[in-house]
Amino acid sequence: MGSAQSLKRIIDAIGDAIIENKEYLTDLDRPIGDSDHGFNMAKGFSVVKQKLPDMDNESVENLLKTVAMALISTVGGASGPLYGTAFLQASKVMKGKDEIGREDVVAIFEEATQGVAKRGKSHQGEKTMLDALIPATETLKAEIAAGAPLAEAFEKAAQSALEGVEYTKTIIATKGRASYLGERSIGHQDPGATSSYIIIDTVAKALSGG
Amino acid sequence: MKKIINNPEQVVTEMLEGVVKAHPDYVTCIPDKHVLVRKNLTKKVTLVSGGGSGHEPSHGGYVGKGMLDAAVAGEVFTSPTPDQVFEAIKAIDQGKGVLMVIKNYTGDILNFEMAGEMAEAEGIETASVVVNDDVAVEDSLYTTGRRGIAGTVLIHKIAGAAAEKGMELAEVKRVAEKVIANVRSMGMSLTPCTIPAAGKPGFDLAEDEMEIGLGIHGEPGTHREKIADAASIVKQLTDKILGDMKLASGDEVALMINGLGGTPLMELYIANNEVRKILDPLGIKIAKTLVGNFMTSIEMAGFSVTILKLDDEIKELLNAPADTPAFKQV
Repeated sequence: MGSAQSLKRIIDAIGDAIIENKEYLTDLDRPIGDSDHGFNMAKGFSVVKQKLPDMDNESVENLLKTVAMALISTVGGASGPLYGTAFLQASKVMKGKDEIGREDVVAIFEEATQGVAKRGKSHQGEKTMLDALIPATETLKAEIAAGAPLAEAFEKAAQSALEGVEYTKTIIATKGRASYLGERSIGHQDPGATSSYIIIDTVAKALSGG
Repeated sequence: MKKIINNPEQVVTEMLEGVVKAHPDYVTCIPDKHVLVRKNLTKKVTLVSGGGSGHEPSHGGYVGKGMLDAAVAGEVFTSPTPDQVFEAIKAIDQGKGVLMVIKNYTGDILNFEMAGEMAEAEGIETASVVVNDDVAVEDSLYTTGRRGIAGTVLIHKIAGAAAEKGMELAEVKRVAEKVIANVRSMGMSLTPCTIPAAGKPGFDLAEDEMEIGLGIHGEPGTHREKIADAASIVKQLTDKILGDMKLASGDEVALMINGLGGTPLMELYIANNEVRKILDPLGIKIAKTLVGNFMTSIEMAGFSVTILKLDDEIKELLNAPADTPAFKQV
């Protein structure tokens, strides 16, 4: 992932991907949530994208922190604090570091995922973002430990996230608004897990030069 | 979508500007933060509530003497953000602590919690209560717990009166929690509602169908069935509420018939009449009845029934004076 400059490009690409998927994420939220996930995420990442041009000389830590604060103060709902916490935890990992090393990537995803779990008082299998984030983080860790190139490790992680998204269709929601539906939540794909997958997939594509 | 709006993205801002112009003696608005703050704050424990917009007059309509000191408006059906809530807390703190009244939704809790942490870092004492009056939703390990709906307005009224009376933060919180423990609600709808920015209804309901037990955000309810007459609808809601609270002959309650935005008062009064046909023969005394639109769901047609079991303390605070744009009591 490397420098602050390449991180900036990746964040910009994530913003584009979220905005592109605004309607899709909102449609996923309609039957089991309150029809706002896509709008709110797109709103947050639009603000992130607006801030990026002025951040040419910022550190990796500050970049991640700026994303966090922008999401916390604009997204609202549960997604704002949860994604905001994820980026805030990521920024803490990068405190005082100029470059994102291979082991930093793993630490960023581990801390971010744990931050989400703690803030949301949730764990895997509750039909949430964590169902994409946890398997993706595990895959990323294993691939990097095995010496895989970063782009390849992220491709595999995105694949695990996508499997996590598919898995959310088979389970009952026990956290968040969808939990009120009980068994009626089965068959529906979790919008939060989907946006998490989109983010990881975008990182993978950006790293492989796509 | 047919709505009297300009830009769908601007509905909350423009609504709040309209509110301030309508009620300049009651509230001011913190620009860019969508926070309505009570004019003429007094030295006491202060109360803040809020949540997504679309529930008007909740919560901004209840800012004033004897109820809330600030209300934070999120986007339609979206929790406000921590920085918004934090601005509200800073604006109203009088050095006696701030009570946050939160409805039980994951987003609301996360955002208010973060705001509470920000306030603490600034040395402002906060406490919070979470309202979960909706009996339609199972309260179990397998859900986020019961949702907060119309009963929340009674917490504003009663905890607000406790603060106005000069009670300390811990006491106001105790009173609020007692009300939460004794209030139950359940709602139904005849039509869905449309979030302006979404442009289409949150769900579909056939002409002859109704949704029982839905939330105030257009979240689907517990089940759907053929439309029935007022007596059977009210019986279904009231039975579920009574099944969840211990009420005996001679007990006193407050009763709220809350419209969801698209139901005329005529039908709300018919519903009230039907609730009484159930409660009166049981010997349950109605100490106070509130009929109207207190916690709406944009233009949804439907209503909810709320029953609050009273004791002497709650009853006295419920009957205390209040003067807000949407709730006045001498």
